[in-house]
Amino acid sequence: MPVSTTPQGTPTWRLRTTRAQWLGYLAWVAGICLFLLCWKLISDNTMWVFVGDAGRQGSDLISRMMPPQWSYAHRLWQPMWDTMNIATLGTVLGIAMAFPVAFLAARNTTPHPLVRSAALFIIVASRSINSLIWAMLLVTILGPGVLAGIIAIALRSIGFIGKLLYEAIEEIHPTPVEAISATGASRMQVMSYGVLPQVLPAFAGISVYRWDINIRESTVLGLVGAGGIGLQLNAAINSLAWNQVSVIFLMIFVTVLASEWISARVRHAVI
Amino acid sequence: MLTLSQVNKRYPTGDRALTDIELSLPRGQVMALIGPSGAGKSTLIRCVNRLVEPTSGSIRLGDTELTRLSGRQLRRARRAMGMIFQEFALVDRLTVMENVLSGRLGQVGFWRSFLRRYPTDAVIEAFRLLDRVGLPHALDKRADALSGGQRQRVGIARALVQDPQLLLVDEPTASLDPKTSRQIMRLIRELCAERNLGAIINIHDVALARQFADRIVGLRAGEIVFDGSPEALDAETLTTIYGEEEWDTQAENEQPAAPQDDVTPLAHEPALSQVLSGGVSR
Amino acid sequence: MTREQLARQGEWRRLPLVQDPKLRWGLVLGALVYLLLALSTIDVNWARVAEGASRGLNFLAAFAQPDFISRRTDIIDGILESLTMTLTSTVIGVALAIPVGLGAARNIAPWPIYYLCRGIITVSRTFQEIIIAILFVVMFGFGPLAGMITLAFATIGFMAKLLAEDIEDLDWRQVEAIRATGASWWQTMNHAVQPQVMPRLIGLSVYRLDINFRESAVIGIVGAGGIGATLNTSISRYEYDTSAAILLIIIGIVLLCEYSSSHVRRWTQ
Repeated sequence: MPVSTTPQGTPTWRLRTTRAQWLGYLAWVAGICLFLLCWKLISDNTMWVFVGDAGRQGSDLISRMMPPQWSYAHRLWQPMWDTMNIATLGTVLGIAMAFPVAFLAARNTTPHPLVRSAALFIIVASRSINSLIWAMLLVTILGPGVLAGIIAIALRSIGFIGKLLYEAIEEIHPTPVEAISATGASRMQVMSYGVLPQVLPAFAGISVYRWDINIRESTVLGLVGAGGIGLQLNAAINSLAWNQVSVIFLMIFVTVLASEWISARVRHAVI
Repeated sequence: MLTLSQVNKRYPTGDRALTDIELSLPRGQVMALIGPSGAGKSTLIRCVNRLVEPTSGSIRLGDTELTRLSGRQLRRARRAMGMIFQEFALVDRLTVMENVLSGRLGQVGFWRSFLRRYPTDAVIEAFRLLDRVGLPHALDKRADALSGGQRQRVGIARALVQDPQLLLVDEPTASLDPKTSRQIMRLIRELCAERNLGAIINIHDVALARQFADRIVGLRAGEIVFDGSPEALDAETLTTIYGEEEWDTQAENEQPAAPQDDVTPLAHEPALSQVLSGGVSR
Repeated sequence: MTREQLARQGEWRRLPLVQDPKLRWGLVLGALVYLLLALSTIDVNWARVAEGASRGLNFLAAFAQPDFISRRTDIIDGILESLTMTLTSTVIGVALAIPVGLGAARNIAPWPIYYLCRGIITVSRTFQEIIIAILFVVMFGFGPLAGMITLAFATIGFMAKLLAEDIEDLDWRQVEAIRATGASWWQTMNHAVQPQVMPRLIGLSVYRLDINFRESAVIGIVGAGGIGATLNTSISRYEYDTSAAILLIIIGIVLLCEYSSSHVRRWTQ
């Protein structure tokens, strides 16, 4: 925060120097120009007639959703159970695969820098690709069904759990690891005594957190045929049965809130 | 028993941590390594068990040349050297017993250690040492539930359960209060005498070094500048080790304090148990 | 015998995680039963899997030879659309998330506003982007505008929640210090709250930019613009070499985003 002296000899204070100020303005102008350019691209691809109609469409949609067709709910228990299974089994499978990957990706436990790069690539690839895309691919390979959903969730979870876990491994205290190595322990023993106990709470927290996210994601996998309540959602939307859609929405809403609550409680307990 | 010759260590950054170290330690001798921060004390003892790789030179323990070992052989050699750390270096989330037993890792296979199925003699020895350092009741406590002095005792038990020939001790008292520091130093000293162990103790506190060591080695900027008995360590040599300071006033205050404080090493088993049960107040 | 006496004789086992044996075995049994029940719901059509296996191999092989060329224009248009949607939706979403986040912070918002803002956040976070996209496509018609509004709405929920949490545990003494000078509400926000929250807000915005890009790649499936439509077509036509090309581009952009976000974070701290 520079203080300069005016010709009259009194010191004045300003937050930034002139140069920094101009650079700041320039960055803002460039940012705004970029934003406007993007906006123009979007607006060129938009049928504004439809947009003008949006309010009427929205209120129409809501009136069709109300009242929900409650009798439809009893047909949703089975798909909801499937959805939970997709999320839970997918998370378990994802954990099983993410665990070794994280150890290979952490700077302090990796056997070789090349292995580390490969593990990091697996993590980035898994993180970049949404579970819905994995599900689309797997449905063409395995056929529609719960299995495709489970594997899609697992593949997406590798990146998430792997990334957070390897960061946790890199942040452990090095001295216990050093002490265990000094006893003449083998590599695996150093991992299981020096590293594992230190990351276990973080690992449990991350896994439960991901389970909660996976419940949310598995509700839509059915849209591409990978099982769960999304199948019903897709069918209801295609047949324009909006009063069924609203039942499904409520069901998803309650389930997700419940899983979020459980996950928060468990995370609170372990950390 | 331990012989270092021509040991050099240069870090990849170009810093020269150790220069031509010549040192030999007979069995049963307790040696204090003193010197200012950054003099290379930690590097020196970590070179011995190769937690830090020496750049050149030879380090022999008995008949084994440590610098050439790798993999399995290195791990076997490390079993013979127990190490005690400044920050105790216990695994916080494991119990005290698991921490002590981890000293036996080098002698137990992976699955046995993973499932905590240690052989009977290892458990007996681990518990005997836990008893010896005064913590038999803490068996199932988690390591992070202990006080600093208790943690360091667990650290000592872990080092001794290895049944080592040599103890490498890195600033054992730096995280402890003065009274606990003395208790810990006395314990290390006694255990070395009981088992006829050699020990290298890095220590900042010159007074403690004088009281508890048989021999003092002074390190400055990676070179040995003093090697002799505690009595031979005078103000002049302290100046060569640490630089200019009024050493005499400090030495005067501490020399007479030593006998009064009842710290004559090796003398008393009963006093020790009192100390360990925490009931000593003077 | 106590554990100490047992240990003296060389008998020692790790303390079990759950002390009560009944509860312990109950938990194990419960987990096993659930696992069996859950696994039994998977019905696999092995004939279909065998048929699909060759496609799986084709897909893996396609990564070795991704085809960027034959659908070049579709890919370029799709990616550009995704990127524009990402940028505009993040800017709009963050801008709207700031008032919502302030409203959802218990320590500075009055009760009715607090509940309103919490409600917005909960709805936006509960539903996947794709569900919201379906609704907005119905309202606004096909195209990137619906996608942009979807992503902006999701951004509001994400950012506002984290922002509200930040504000709830900010250092209250600084706020009091500014208030003590007789500052107005706006001045308090500007001088006491903003400096404490800003660095994390920037970091989170960059992170959200990354998430929005990844999401923009899927909402095209329901007609909300972006690369998703092209990707969907290529997968359902089994043109795996084109899909592989698109996926590689997505991975590349995410990597770039991650790399630059670590720089931005370092720069703001």
